[in-house]
Amino acid sequence: MRCSRRDLLAMALTTTAAAILPVTAFRFLSQAEVKVALADPALRWGFLVDTEKCVGCGLCVKACKLENETPYDAPVTRTWVERYIITKDDQTHIDSPRAARDGFTDPRIRGEAFDPAEVTKSFFVPKLCNQCDSPPCVQVCPVGATYQTLDGVVLIDRKWCIGCGYCIMACPYGVRFFHPVHKVAEKCNFCYHRISQGLKPACVQACPFGAREICNLKDANDPITRIIMTQRVAVTKDEYGTKPQVFYIGLDRNVR
Amino acid sequence: MNNHIWRPLYVVLVIIAFFLVLRYFLVPQDFGVHGVNFTYGYHRAGDINDWQAVPIKYRGREFCNECHPDNAAANASSKHAAIQCENCHGPAFDHPEAPEKLILDTSRDLCLRCHAALHTPSSQRSLIKGIDPDTHNPAIPCSDCHNPHKPDLEDMQ
Repeated sequence: MRCSRRDLLAMALTTTAAAILPVTAFRFLSQAEVKVALADPALRWGFLVDTEKCVGCGLCVKACKLENETPYDAPVTRTWVERYIITKDDQTHIDSPRAARDGFTDPRIRGEAFDPAEVTKSFFVPKLCNQCDSPPCVQVCPVGATYQTLDGVVLIDRKWCIGCGYCIMACPYGVRFFHPVHKVAEKCNFCYHRISQGLKPACVQACPFGAREICNLKDANDPITRIIMTQRVAVTKDEYGTKPQVFYIGLDRNVR
Repeated sequence: MNNHIWRPLYVVLVIIAFFLVLRYFLVPQDFGVHGVNFTYGYHRAGDINDWQAVPIKYRGREFCNECHPDNAAANASSKHAAIQCENCHGPAFDHPEAPEKLILDTSRDLCLRCHAALHTPSSQRSLIKGIDPDTHNPAIPCSDCHNPHKPDLEDMQ
């Protein structure tokens, strides 16, 4: 094959142009765009659950269902409480009758009684949406109906959701469900209508034991944020890389 | 080039133009990137206002205290001080306009939420006095003997 000097130069120029073309796809952001990209630095909602304080009364679940108009008797809920009983044979028994809407009043789990001498640990763990920093449920939405607000809460647009259920499958924590009345995806949003007005979420207000607390993670003087910053807290299913923003005190390895 | 190449191309262009016009009218004007980036923040901006406009049902004990200071004070000095009024009396909504009267839950099940005896050694539930509902005066409402606003056993009714 012959290659003249002219051909070589032409080919070299073409190749260089083709190589730098994708670079032009990047663009410089304006100051305002950078501010949005970094999110409002003043507010990021976070949540702290103290599992040692939880007694499994379920008043949080009752308050949540009434506050957020979740059908009271349908088997769906934005938050729930799990009971763990770990026995000496290293078996973990978990239940959450009616999502603990009526609390835990029966020492048995699904009719199975436990000898107190055989129980090594037994405790309650409230669960709710983690408002992840990298929410997989938002990534999978095909229509842009679910999104993360600048203060970190993941919301669902009831007018735009088509009810395909991808997000319900995507959430590793199983907090999303199909709303039987509105026929859209539904989940906990930290009572966005309440926290926007300076109130606490219904579950936080209803809890008599202070097991649930909400805070602004960007405010270092917030007493709850200080606990998260300075004490030993854990998150559920850290390995999924979703960066959950609900922190737990007293989490056990048996909790899933 | 020949017509048989240009004609299908025109058809495709018309379909694309039709799609773009339809999209312009069907997608709300406030749809766009309002969050941190396209992946997490592509949505209808007005939906945030829709969520913030949801009416509040649980008003909190300060709201109750405005009209019922005696009951609020009685409960505030008792062992049940941590329990919100609305946990037993039900959400206030726009009380006293709507509803005019709240529905008070006096069932045994309400008290048993905390006072049913369970074996939960690694939870503070074990610090709360509990009963076996099947043997402790079954079928009698708790409030017949215990005053929920003053639950000390010395002050039994």
